[in-house]
Amino acid sequence: MSSTDTAAPLTKDGSADSASVEAGLDALETVQAQRTPVSAVLRQKVLPPVLGVVLVLAVWQIAYSLDLTTPDKLPSPADVWHSLTELWYEGTLFSIIWTSVWRGLSGFALSVVIGTPIGLVVARIKPVRAALGPVLSGLQSLPSVAWVPAAIIWLGITNSAMYAVILLGAVPSIANGLISGIDQVPPIYLRAGQTLGATGLRGARHILLPAALPGYLAGLKQGWAFSWRSLMAAELIAASPDLGLGLGRYLENQREFSNMSGVLLGILLILFVGVAIDLLVFSPLERRVLRSRGLLVHSR
Amino acid sequence: MTTALTTSPAAAGAGRPDGDTAVRISHVHKTFGRPGTAAPVLEDINLTVAPGEFVTLLGASGCGKSTLLNLVAGLDRPTSGTIEVPGGRPALMFQDHALFPWLTAGRNIELALRLAGVPKEERRPEAERLLELVRLGGSYKKRVHELSGGMRQRVALARSLAQGSQVLLMDEPFAALDAITRDVLHDEITRIWAEKQLAVLFVTHNVREAVRLAQRVVLLSSRPGRVAKEWRIDLPQPRRIESAGVADLSIEITEELRGEIRRHVQH
Repeated sequence: MSSTDTAAPLTKDGSADSASVEAGLDALETVQAQRTPVSAVLRQKVLPPVLGVVLVLAVWQIAYSLDLTTPDKLPSPADVWHSLTELWYEGTLFSIIWTSVWRGLSGFALSVVIGTPIGLVVARIKPVRAALGPVLSGLQSLPSVAWVPAAIIWLGITNSAMYAVILLGAVPSIANGLISGIDQVPPIYLRAGQTLGATGLRGARHILLPAALPGYLAGLKQGWAFSWRSLMAAELIAASPDLGLGLGRYLENQREFSNMSGVLLGILLILFVGVAIDLLVFSPLERRVLRSRGLLVHSR
Repeated sequence: MTTALTTSPAAAGAGRPDGDTAVRISHVHKTFGRPGTAAPVLEDINLTVAPGEFVTLLGASGCGKSTLLNLVAGLDRPTSGTIEVPGGRPALMFQDHALFPWLTAGRNIELALRLAGVPKEERRPEAERLLELVRLGGSYKKRVHELSGGMRQRVALARSLAQGSQVLLMDEPFAALDAITRDVLHDEITRIWAEKQLAVLFVTHNVREAVRLAQRVVLLSSRPGRVAKEWRIDLPQPRRIESAGVADLSIEITEELRGEIRRHVQH
């Protein structure tokens, strides 16, 4: 071993020198994340779906004008618009939508409250997972409309039956979303958390749950879709004055009157609400989470 | 075989309150799987790190150096033998920065402070101080993906320091970086080690890196991992990785390392 360092001249200001090299490297290697301007967002994100809707309307109008079938089977877009304005002037449009949306959202919220702890327990406790994991995945592939007859026998034609159907549809998909979110957490985060002293409940709160958030959000999004679908199925099947007039019931009423433009309006409103909640609530939430983690930088 | 060691005053970190040991590893064995069936990964490891001492653990793959570090960190338990870390849970840095992507650089550090029991109002200023220490003063609000590889490792270093431990374990923390960045980080860790008077146990398979950084290089043999030889390095810090002193000793140690690897040729 040599005892003298031949590169000695450097030692005096070596530290200052390396600081400036470091600052240079930092400047060279920092990526500037740039936000896309509003006009580009409008052009790339808003315009295509608007064009798509216009195209569908055009095809519809052409099919109507060509008299492919009778107007009582295929009304024109204007007829459906007329049904909409009718509801608007009767003042029932918003109450119909709100009845269903309120039921759907509150049922969904309840599903989150129930599904989250179930997902957490199944994901983290091995014997529970072995027992309940397959049941949850199985339930997820069961169309929840299959629960409607059972719910009606158990609970009668009541609001509780509606909520039961929503829960049976949404809870498994929320729980499964959380489970797969937890499964995808890179083990390095858990080890890092452990060395920092985040174990047990503190580990779940500070490391596990935030790390699993993207998968959990995907599960919530799917859970909402399931809630909405199950609710519409339940409203279509179960008729009772106690239930109030929701979108599913409105749709079924229009069928009973053989009012095709009303039926189409019902379908469009159900579609509209489902998409609107997704676009207004879940997509922005998901994008925000993914962007803040750098998972959405080049996805255009 | 172990060379006799004399205590150097610089290494002892004169006047530190934690006594004369930062880490004491005594007769540690580690076997994965059922005892008796599997070959041991670590065999009779004895190693003491003094407060303020910088030790590198060097070895080829399969020598169990990362396993040993995990044992010291308390992430795993030895099959037999004892590991004492009188100052409490040591800090650990990985090859992967392991920063949490859902938090900003500053918040990553604050989480470590919070988990270490630092009161709320002190966390923010302390996090800013630690970022200053790794020369990333303006990066409190940066997201992990906005930082370069070298910057991430510096934030990870700051987060490790936030634990307040006087013992820092490093598991090949610079292995994934390019040579220029690694050079700069060698200067950085040397500066912070001296400033904070930390005991560092640094795992690497890079001989020059080991010699560049350490006061003592410990060579582990492979399968099973045993302490094969130790060198004390008296070259003044900060050293240059290209310097003749580092190169000469690196050649000597590399020869030993190669000898250890050759023993595994199947006849």
